Amino acid sequence: MAAPLSEQHTGPLWSLSEVHFSYGDTPVLRDISLSLHSGQCTGILGPNGSGKTTLLDLLAGLQAPQSGAIKFQGRPLSAWPKKHLARLLALVPQDFMVRFGFSVREVVEMGLHPHLHRFASPSEADQALIDQVLAATGIAALTDRPVTRLSGGEKQRVAVARALAQRPTVLLLDEATSNLDIHHSLELLHLIRNRFERQEIQVVAVMHDLNLAAFFCDHLIFLKEGRVIRQGPTDEVLTPATINAVYGVEAEVSASAFTQCRQVSFRLPSSHEPQPIS
Amino acid sequence: MNRRAVSVWMLPLVAVLVFGVALSATLGYLDVSIPDVFAILIAKLRGQSTPVGIDPVAATVVADVRMPRILAAVLVGGLLGVSGTVFQAILLNPLADSYTLGISTGAAFGASLVIVLQIFGFALPPGVTIPIFAFGGGIGTLAVVLFLAAGDRSLSSTSLILAGVIVAAILSAAIGFLKFLADEQVGLIIFWLMGSLAGTSWANILLLAPAALLGTLLTVYYSRDLNIMATGDRAATSLGVNIVRLRLALLTVSTLMTALAVSVSGIIGFVGLIVPHMLRHLVGPDNRLLIPLSFFTGGLLLLVADTLTRAVLPVEVPIGVLTALLGGPFFCFLFKKRQRDGGAAF
Repeated sequence: MAAPLSEQHTGPLWSLSEVHFSYGDTPVLRDISLSLHSGQCTGILGPNGSGKTTLLDLLAGLQAPQSGAIKFQGRPLSAWPKKHLARLLALVPQDFMVRFGFSVREVVEMGLHPHLHRFASPSEADQALIDQVLAATGIAALTDRPVTRLSGGEKQRVAVARALAQRPTVLLLDEATSNLDIHHSLELLHLIRNRFERQEIQVVAVMHDLNLAAFFCDHLIFLKEGRVIRQGPTDEVLTPATINAVYGVEAEVSASAFTQCRQVSFRLPSSHEPQPIS
Repeated sequence: MNRRAVSVWMLPLVAVLVFGVALSATLGYLDVSIPDVFAILIAKLRGQSTPVGIDPVAATVVADVRMPRILAAVLVGGLLGVSGTVFQAILLNPLADSYTLGISTGAAFGASLVIVLQIFGFALPPGVTIPIFAFGGGIGTLAVVLFLAAGDRSLSSTSLILAGVIVAAILSAAIGFLKFLADEQVGLIIFWLMGSLAGTSWANILLLAPAALLGTLLTVYYSRDLNIMATGDRAATSLGVNIVRLRLALLTVSTLMTALAVSVSGIIGFVGLIVPHMLRHLVGPDNRLLIPLSFFTGGLLLLVADTLTRAVLPVEVPIGVLTALLGGPFFCFLFKKRQRDGGAAF
């Protein structure tokens, strides 16, 4: 695949220093300093409302921090032309909602937008790429179906297909599998992981499920209340102590011979009293 | 845009429209044949005198009375069709049009205000003042709606529609008050609120034609971005679409187009709602095709309606009433049919 490898860059993909972000008066991310490197599939984890999605939006350049600096490939993110960024970064949102009855193929073709001149039609190579991502995501049979009539799982695969058609350097996943059953989740994550291992794309994923994260990610960043609590290689940071500090649950982490990766089981602390939901 | 769609839809539609214009010019109190219509128009365009063998009165009627009105119908219909399509695409709402955003109501308020001011003795030339006030009312309303919705930084469609409905409700009450003030001369306001193309001149065409051309070209230019916007704000932004700028630019252009149409014809409802709907049903939601097609379909629809009221019906019914009476039931039918066909209604 014609990934833009000519734009190879040494050093971290992203570096963030002292990044603060708030919606109005509500701080969402505080004092985030991080480096994200290529060659490791990075997972962002944390409880609801810990700022995971916001962090992803900042990385994608969809939001700008109130203070602090974000650099992408060594250059301030805000200095990148949006159109150029769209050729390097593709986002798969959590809920892919399409409002009008575009066909599956039409939606996937939208991924070509940042690469195509405004009035240009997709070339034969582009069409071949579309066919290829449709097949890879298992939706080739749905090409002419209106997206409004697809199931949640099928829609999510359309979103992934479109992101792949964008030929990005980095794929940003925002809980991309949270609406999928376990079979479809694994299938989709395998597909992406394979492309990552063939060095076709880099991946940053906001994840909800710790076990899927353990299988999918090499590097984990744990957020809580807008701060980075722990980060590092999955094998080092995915520990009962981290999980307890981040989620407030007791956990047991074991190396599973069955899945070939770390697996977590949880329970509420024995002293736990149900708290009124405020 | 794919070439097949152009040959399947665009060319036949344009051909029908041209034929419709010629046919409409033959209809009316004086009978004129289609070849004569072309002869008169060609002579007029070349600045020649009436061709031999054609009644000079008929020539004047066709060239200076019927033609401007016919072209105005096509252009106003086209403007309403395109702006309706763009409003629906921007607001991601197949029920959106210039009413939902309060723009038509704002324009109507502007025009009603002029009429009432005249009743109270302000010497305003209505031919110039009504268009200007209608235009100002439409734009002013958009400004207020945008201001109200601006608290939400991404200018989401829900905020815009809510703000539009609120402002329209206030303006409707204000129009009601103006009607009350107009007392016995309330008919003037009502006539304008119901829309009419009677009395349009070549000067109107000079105003409408460039606006229709520029507006349609500009919206076609952004049509691929508009398609992408249908997949959500975050997804669109990550594909490099500047959604806030796009919304502002296209809302402004569509408002200008609507306000201009309204300032010439008064309020003509349902064209902006039905045309995009019908077309989406026939050719799918791709705006690259939808926008040019809505121009021609809107134009054709209003041409038919105006010809009906001008030359076929025994009495001239206000065209806004006619479009609502024909379009309303059709819309109900479409709405029910889509529900029966299953799935999300639109």
